[in-house]
Amino acid sequence: MSNPTIGDRGRASALSTISDLMQWGLRGAPPPARRALGLRMGAVLAFVALWSGAAGAVSLLKLFNPIFLAGPWLVFGTLLQVARDGQLWGHIAATLERVVLGFSLGALLAIGLGLLAGASRVLDRVVEPVVELLRPIPPLAVLPLFIVWGGIGEASKIAFITYVTFFPTFLATVHAVRGVEPVLVRAAESLGARRGQLFVRVVLPAALPEILTGIRVSVALAFFVIVIAEFVGAERGLGYLINDGRNFFLVPQMLGAAVVLGLLGSAASFLVSLVERRWLRWERPSTS
Amino acid sequence: MIAPGGRIQIENVEKSFGANGHAMPALMDATLEIQGGEFICLLGPSGCGKSTLLNIVAGFIPPTRGRVLVDGRPVTGPGRERGVVFQEYALFPWLTVAENVEFGPRLAGRPPAERRELVARYVGMVGLSEHRGKFPNQLSGGMRQRVAIARALANTPSIVLMDEPFGALDAQTREVMQDELARIQRLELKTIIFVTHSIREAVYLGDRVVVMTRSPGRFKEVFSIKLPQARDRFAPEFTHYESEITRVLKDEVGAAHA
Repeated sequence: MSNPTIGDRGRASALSTISDLMQWGLRGAPPPARRALGLRMGAVLAFVALWSGAAGAVSLLKLFNPIFLAGPWLVFGTLLQVARDGQLWGHIAATLERVVLGFSLGALLAIGLGLLAGASRVLDRVVEPVVELLRPIPPLAVLPLFIVWGGIGEASKIAFITYVTFFPTFLATVHAVRGVEPVLVRAAESLGARRGQLFVRVVLPAALPEILTGIRVSVALAFFVIVIAEFVGAERGLGYLINDGRNFFLVPQMLGAAVVLGLLGSAASFLVSLVERRWLRWERPSTS
Repeated sequence: MIAPGGRIQIENVEKSFGANGHAMPALMDATLEIQGGEFICLLGPSGCGKSTLLNIVAGFIPPTRGRVLVDGRPVTGPGRERGVVFQEYALFPWLTVAENVEFGPRLAGRPPAERRELVARYVGMVGLSEHRGKFPNQLSGGMRQRVAIARALANTPSIVLMDEPFGALDAQTREVMQDELARIQRLELKTIIFVTHSIREAVYLGDRVVVMTRSPGRFKEVFSIKLPQARDRFAPEFTHYESEITRVLKDEVGAAHA
């Protein structure tokens, strides 16, 4: 009774369900929601404060030209200015358009081909070696090729994003389809499912959790490579904004564009989470 | 709405596994005629080919020799007139209880009103009306198997094939499920083939109990259980059948270790 650890656990458990308690494991009870939020906000504020402090120290102590390390206020000021005069939105739209088009195309191809390759042993044996040949090549190594083939316009950038985002989703889809429990297929067949119905009503939903994991990786990768694609011959886009900032020593503009890219990336991954929560409700249904 | 039980003829069915030169026979010369509405229990030591036979009747695997006829037509693959209940439940985890039960009728393109009626009837029959909106991973093993039974029945098959359906359940739940199944069968009059390795279960449920030999499996003896429909597990006649089948089966299990 006097053991403080067990006492703490006892108090926290008043609000927990059995399955929550089983999840404690190594890390013990989760902190109350309010305190968890406080910790998160504190960490963000501390980071901004550290950044400000570093930038301030550089300019006060004259360590090096303060233009190299712009403080957060300068970065956000610059962002605000570019946003107000309307330039920023054009750049964001250009980047998003490339990412959305390239990713959608890549994901569609990956899921379609992945479903077929996962379900057909013959096709799997044909497609897999080709994919395994291409996959280890760092995608950025073939970026110049895309430019040679497609010019420096939109086509080559979108094609490049399509190429890059194809692999994670394709591999996840093939793996997921191979892993569909045979007994589920048999159950559906004995309930009268034809081949097409089997794909739509059993294989796709059974594979969906893993496909979404692949999509999550693809989305992150798309934001990762678009920047570099936009370094190379682009007149618009956040990558262009960074490269332009480098040419003219506009460090706040470089950092500002990077921050926006980070925000867009988080927003995209949040969207994927929303889709997961909506479509994979069955994996963790609320107990009520 | 209730399809009458289908007739099954199992004619000289054999199944071997492995390459041609080293084929391992799993099932030898199985012949049995099952009347519509009959409840057949296949009983035998593990590895005796009873599940193999069930899978052949279901159309999941082809026989090496012989054939299975359902209402006179040879079985060439799975079909909606033969519902299957698996030991591992095989529910679709992304569908709710009601949606799982609705799966077959939906595939068949039945109109929504009829589907609702079927779902209400069979979810109610297995006593899960209050849980119709839940997902399978929110249910206990016994509840999951009830859903699987409702799903098979809602597709209005004439035959239900059950592969050790209660094998993964604890002893108490198992007897409750046996009672339920016996009650449902009195309403539905399906033709049922039920694979089990529990003698008690076979005698409790079966009109006939087919005892199989150890690998390679053959039909050793067929017992007609002449007991009233609502059976008493403690009646002397019940125990009599149990001990008789135990003796026949013991030879097989014993021989396996000889």
